[in-house]
Amino acid sequence: MPDTVIGSARSRGRNRPLWHAPGLVLSLFVLVIVVSWALVPNWWTTHDPVTGVPAERLLGPSSAHLFGTDETGRDVFARVVHGAALSLQATVIAVLVALVAGSLLGLVAGYRGGWADSAIMRVVDVLLAIPSILLSLALVTALGFGTTNVAIAVGVSRIADFARLMRAETLRVRSSVYVEAARVSGLRWPGVLTRHVLPNAFGPVLVLGVLTFGTAVLEVSALSFLGFGAMPPAPEWGSLVSSGRGFLATAWWLTTFPGLAIAAVVLAGNRVARAIDRETEHQ
Amino acid sequence: MTQPTRPTQPLLSIGDLTVSYRTSRGSVPALRGVNLDVHSGEIIALVGESGSGKSTLAHAVLGLLPRGGSLDSGSIRFEGTELSTLPDRALRAVRGTGIALVPQDPVVSLDPVKKVGDQVAEVLVIHGIQGRRGARSAAAELLARAGVDHPESRAGQYPHELSGGLRQRVLIAIALAAGPKLIIADEPTSALDVTVQQRILDHLQELAAASDTAILLVTHDLGVAADRAERIAVMSRGRIVEQGGSRSLLAAPAHAYTRELLAAAPSLTGPRPRPERESEAEPLVEATGLVKTFALRSSRRDAGAVRAVRAVDDVSLRIPKGTTLALVGESGSGKSTTARLLLGLERPRAGTVSFGGADVTAASGERLRALRRRMQLIYQNPYASLNPRHAVGTIVAEPLRAFGIGNRPEREARAREALDAVALGASMARRRPGELSGGQRQRVAIARALVLRPEFVVCDEPVSALDVSVQAQILELLMDVQEEFGLTYLFISHDLAVVRQIADRVVVMRAGRVQEAGPAGEVLGAPRSAYTKELLAAIPGRRGVGEEAA
Repeated sequence: MPDTVIGSARSRGRNRPLWHAPGLVLSLFVLVIVVSWALVPNWWTTHDPVTGVPAERLLGPSSAHLFGTDETGRDVFARVVHGAALSLQATVIAVLVALVAGSLLGLVAGYRGGWADSAIMRVVDVLLAIPSILLSLALVTALGFGTTNVAIAVGVSRIADFARLMRAETLRVRSSVYVEAARVSGLRWPGVLTRHVLPNAFGPVLVLGVLTFGTAVLEVSALSFLGFGAMPPAPEWGSLVSSGRGFLATAWWLTTFPGLAIAAVVLAGNRVARAIDRETEHQ
Repeated sequence: MTQPTRPTQPLLSIGDLTVSYRTSRGSVPALRGVNLDVHSGEIIALVGESGSGKSTLAHAVLGLLPRGGSLDSGSIRFEGTELSTLPDRALRAVRGTGIALVPQDPVVSLDPVKKVGDQVAEVLVIHGIQGRRGARSAAAELLARAGVDHPESRAGQYPHELSGGLRQRVLIAIALAAGPKLIIADEPTSALDVTVQQRILDHLQELAAASDTAILLVTHDLGVAADRAERIAVMSRGRIVEQGGSRSLLAAPAHAYTRELLAAAPSLTGPRPRPERESEAEPLVEATGLVKTFALRSSRRDAGAVRAVRAVDDVSLRIPKGTTLALVGESGSGKSTTARLLLGLERPRAGTVSFGGADVTAASGERLRALRRRMQLIYQNPYASLNPRHAVGTIVAEPLRAFGIGNRPEREARAREALDAVALGASMARRRPGELSGGQRQRVAIARALVLRPEFVVCDEPVSALDVSVQAQILELLMDVQEEFGLTYLFISHDLAVVRQIADRVVVMRAGRVQEAGPAGEVLGAPRSAYTKELLAAIPGRRGVGEEAA
């Protein structure tokens, strides 16, 4: 589904070359690099992210150790590169949970209306009433620690946004003439929903998904920073920032570089979301 | 550019005007060397189809080209002043006092949060004609001149409290406020019902004559142009292809495009394209005593009070197999609701609909779906009725998919057949609706309706969103496929000239009730009810264009 949305948006709306938007190009470049870190970390670094060389403790950035080394002599660049896999995995799970569950709830509420709408939207209202970080903390405490559980908790706390947007879009599309035309053609409601309502309502929801990608990176990192995420010594961006905190005065590189990686991904995600938003608006 | 001194210098003189729009694919010319003179006190009509550049011309004169539009060359002289190079400040003084605009859409052209009286008064204050205090009473006077009833109390109302016709009158009052010498009326009545249209144009004409104001009437309707204008200029693809006195131009059009337009315009006189059929056949669709009410929550004052409006009130009709019944009426007359009741899309409060012996009103679920296979609907607006994400081939094949008919290649073959029947090539199947013109889209919608080989097709104003020349093609197509597939039509329209071409029988509706029913020739030729007579009299073009078009 996302492929078709992006594909059609590109093929129609793209009327100026990509290199006219340097910010967008840079953002895509950042995302591609980070994804390649996650998929093939060994292309980027030969250092072991888990076992360090005790002799090389707390060295500053140099050509041998791009981001320096930590208190046990591990290469920080290697830990950031290898940590991308865990962080991105958690973020993707979080966004997927929010997107899938939220969209389904919104779709059902918007399309069926009546008591289903009221019931679902009241639950969503309750979700909105609780601060999302508090909700995630409560959930991760209940589910148990670990990256996956952190991801699910972050995802659940974002369901409400998706449900509301999807419901609004569904209501808009549902009243359009071509949806009635499909009913007149004899299509049953599941067909109307999957072939007409969903594809036309999904554009803005997808944009929100990409936008949430940025904030989810932050929230997952925040929960790991607080110690709910990956267990040491496994590298994860949030816990890297957290563990470097003790050396802030003497070894700035321990917190700065993982922090910059988080910031770069969040900014790049937002820029890409804005571009997709523009493209879908054209239609 | 020097103006030759003539005894009567034109009020507005447009010379060799070229305007283009910048788009992503480069610059697109909208006007290519347009020459037009307007003399004071005359009414001149600018006629053309959508995209011909007539609105661009109107806006260029006012210096109000939309973003991306640029005036490339040529001159616009108004009372001897060159407008195209005039600074914005000076141009603003000309607008309103010199040239005024009556915009097309009365629904969106008024500020929804301001009282209409204040909107009229604003013009007077801006141009320093009246102070704030005096403007209010002057505004009421202007509203009265524009034909608004109870001007004092109407001035205190908001646009949404007024009908379309009244809103258009308010717009006319705004245009007249500063006493302009030229009024540009951009399709001033095309969103209104014919009887309202007639009254408003009559009024505008009188006002102009009384104050010696010139009117540039932009319209797509040759009938309106023939009735109202002394001179007509025909535009096509950014050029004025022909201009001259209305009578001589319509009697002997010199340019091929004008002839084409005239031939395409449906008329109330002249021979019908097909003889009327009086069928003795069994009725395919029969409705008796249909009533449909809508609950209406009325204004703030009595919130909570629910008033029931009878949208359809005791309507009975029968449509014999293989014939066309036209349902005629103005907006709000209940004709679309009646059609939706026949198709089982709405449930009536009372009455029954039978379709080939089956009761539609009692059917639901799968039984209703089985009936739907035999009846289809073609919508008014082909821009809204096709899913923008689907390819044309998918859209046409969808009813087959819905009923699980055939496998994929078979469905594709049948979709191609249907596209072929509506004269769209096989290459169309891969395009999306966004790449098609309005006429092509309506053909796709017709193909979708035909692909299931239905017996009964409801056409809900199928041509009213299309240009005249395209209208004629679609009507012809509808008649051809009716012959070919033996279809029964319910044809909904507000346009009696269109109805006359296609209908065997006509039912005239007003305010939910049937006013008159009978064979098309009888109803349109010798109407019995006063309302039908009024409708017929209001149709523009009865004074000129009809005879020549035949």
